[in-house]
Amino acid sequence: MKKSISDSEVKVLEEKAKHIRRLIIQMLAKAGSGHPGGSLSLTDIITALYFKQMRHNPKDPQWPERDRFHLSKGHCCPALYAVLAESGYFPMEHLWTLRKLGSILQGHPDRRTPGVEVASGSLGQGLSVALGMSLAVRIDNRASRVYCAMGDGETQEGNVWEAAMASSHYKSDNLCAIIDYNGFQIDGCTKEIMNLEPMVDKWRSFGWHTIEIDGHNMKEILAAFSEAETIKGKPAIIIAHTVKGKGVSFMENVLEFHGRAPTQEEAEKALKELE
Amino acid sequence: MEFLYQRDVYGKTLVELGKKDPNVVVFDADLSSSTRTCIFRKEFKNRFFNFGVAEQNMIAASAGMASCGKIVFVSTFAIFATGRAWDQVRNTVAYNNFNIKIVATHAGVSVGPDGASHQALEDITLMRLIPYMKVIAPCDGPQTHDAVVAAYETPGPVYVRLGRPKVPTIEGRGAFRFGEAEVLTQGKDLTIIACGIMVKQALDAASALKKEGVTCRVINMHTIKPIDTKAIIKAANETKGIVVCEEHTIVGGLASAVDEVAAENKPTTVLRVGVRNRYGQSGEPEELLNEYKLSVNDIILTCKKVL
Repeated sequence: MKKSISDSEVKVLEEKAKHIRRLIIQMLAKAGSGHPGGSLSLTDIITALYFKQMRHNPKDPQWPERDRFHLSKGHCCPALYAVLAESGYFPMEHLWTLRKLGSILQGHPDRRTPGVEVASGSLGQGLSVALGMSLAVRIDNRASRVYCAMGDGETQEGNVWEAAMASSHYKSDNLCAIIDYNGFQIDGCTKEIMNLEPMVDKWRSFGWHTIEIDGHNMKEILAAFSEAETIKGKPAIIIAHTVKGKGVSFMENVLEFHGRAPTQEEAEKALKELE
Repeated sequence: MEFLYQRDVYGKTLVELGKKDPNVVVFDADLSSSTRTCIFRKEFKNRFFNFGVAEQNMIAASAGMASCGKIVFVSTFAIFATGRAWDQVRNTVAYNNFNIKIVATHAGVSVGPDGASHQALEDITLMRLIPYMKVIAPCDGPQTHDAVVAAYETPGPVYVRLGRPKVPTIEGRGAFRFGEAEVLTQGKDLTIIACGIMVKQALDAASALKKEGVTCRVINMHTIKPIDTKAIIKAANETKGIVVCEEHTIVGGLASAVDEVAAENKPTTVLRVGVRNRYGQSGEPEELLNEYKLSVNDIILTCKKVL
């Protein structure tokens, strides 16, 4: 059943990711607040998940055999909302209501959005949520896989390591975590605020299969997901080296854009770059 | 008189529910022999998960489990379930309105010798203030069974508060109705509202007062949220005042819940028997109930202040 990847398919996904980036910029500019940096660094990974890797059905979000995705780094929900809308979970026009009163698209994800499994926003809990899903899938003998996208900064939360320990204890090989390792958190570089290194060694020592990739190389992303599926008896984690603000020159590695939306003028400039 | 551990009743009730419903799953955090979820584990190994000493992970994982259609019973001591993992309960369990039943044991000073770090005196408050969360504190063994079944049958998150020691079974109670106060004795002078082990203390106080010619309406307010507002307003209308008894801080718990209803509907005297801005400490349960002014005599003295 493993998907082979052709060059033309990779090209289509890369174009899709560019389109998702455009939607993210447009949503955030319209909303006037939000988190572009981490949304853009996650874009290629989440695009690969929703448009290639995951088995899911936008017409039946609760399809029991679906693969599950949980966005632990909830503040990067613009990326999630864009792929959900693009997949057909809800009409595109909702994207322009992001963060507005009464919107189905809250500032951090919750279950009023079709396709969102579990709310997030309070960092460090998502891997636990994903572990809970993976154990439920096991009880029901389903083939579903569970994906959990985490931020790098949030691994400073102790809860993450409780979940890391338990996932390998329970040999959750249907669980694949992804760390969007862009090296920045709100207050600065992770190296300066609270060093995360050696990241790969940490996960390995907790009993995980680790895969290190360039989180913007579509081929590497897809190959990593395929490799994770072959791992038996332990959970897998993809440590994806990414660039915060990826795709927009004046946002790349600029701390300010962790949590500031682009102005209308900046958005227009960004959209030109993403043509 | 029959004495039962609420925890034993809980463990057995879980087995009953587990047999009935394959979607019942149980989580514990290294305290399954104390919370008695070990009884469920023996019967349903594939639906029991021990998370070790990691309550935050356990509570957040229960949300993932519940998102897949399971009804998850999560157990540990009350202090850890509600304090250590409060953010997980608030943001990941209750906000999602998931079918998660937090059944916590070892609430109150009656934990005894383990002392302050293990005696939850704030748990009712911490759970009561979270939207969607329901709160039940059953008074004895048989009511624990009914409360756990009610938690199972009630959609969404429910907190059930249980104690550590064996507790006397209160005879002559009617059927348990979730959200409906249980009037145990009729009386026209004043009303005593209690939950958990304080219900028996309240009944003993009422018996003693009866000998002095004072009749009390004793209400077992097993469901603290949603609270039975009608019963409180009726008590405020028909008796001279209310004494609320809880093995818990007087801030934000049962007494506050009663007071809020009275204040908004029928202001009346509400006096509180509870823990006043203190931590617990080591000692035997009976000694601690005296030390923290939770004894039958303390209730009697408080009742006399109303009259």
